Amino acid sequence: MEPKEYRQRVRRMEQPRPVARNALWAFVVGGLICVVGQGVQSGLMSLGYDQESVKAPVSIILVFLGSLATALGLYDRLAKLGGMGANLPITGFANSVVAPAMEFKQEGPIMGTGARIFQVAGPVIAYGLLTAFVVGLVRFAISGGKP
Amino acid sequence: MSFLLAFLIGGALCLVAQLIMDFTGATPAVILVGSVVLGAIAAGLGIYEPFAKLAGAGATVPLPGFGFSLVSGLLREMPKEGWVALFSGAFKATGAGIKAALIFGLIASFVTRARA
Repeated sequence: MEPKEYRQRVRRMEQPRPVARNALWAFVVGGLICVVGQGVQSGLMSLGYDQESVKAPVSIILVFLGSLATALGLYDRLAKLGGMGANLPITGFANSVVAPAMEFKQEGPIMGTGARIFQVAGPVIAYGLLTAFVVGLVRFAISGGKP
Repeated sequence: MSFLLAFLIGGALCLVAQLIMDFTGATPAVILVGSVVLGAIAAGLGIYEPFAKLAGAGATVPLPGFGFSLVSGLLREMPKEGWVALFSGAFKATGAGIKAALIFGLIASFVTRARA
């Protein structure tokens, strides 16, 4: 079969992606996770944290909730429904760390869990840090670091 | 009001990411890396901070907010630490979330049964 003909046949056989439904669920799930985040933030601020000092504990609590839901097997189901709505929030970042940590346990604590734990989060952190470095360098070159 | 904005804007970011994924066929990892990079660039251009003031958790909980935290943490340290902040600054704002994920991930791997 010609490659072109093969691609056409594959395209005919493929289920059409339910783009609109995926997008709607991503919106709803992602929005609700952000509402939870806003709730945690408001709750902590009523306990006396200010706009700056609240950031780290909000991250920690949301990461904890995402990790717990992952360990209980709930987050995978949420991600199946919400797609990027579950993957893009910081709870999804937690999921991307905890899920491989559990999954690769069978390959041992060092080369399994240890090596694979950042297999999705690693690239995110790596290129995030690189971008931040470049942005910082540009700022440093322009203003010597003054804001 | 802050809850409604968090829902609408956080949801909208996730919706856009989902649409890009569905239309380009990119893998989730590519979308996630792209989100952080774009968030960091927007932070460097000074766009993300006013956006985060408006949207609250709707802007800081999704992954572009992680890029924003990396950059804003670095730039905040720079007046004090100078060029050293290029290497030390980004983790100051984001280290808690990364380390929390690592610790909870390790704990989860210790306490759950290995799947065959």
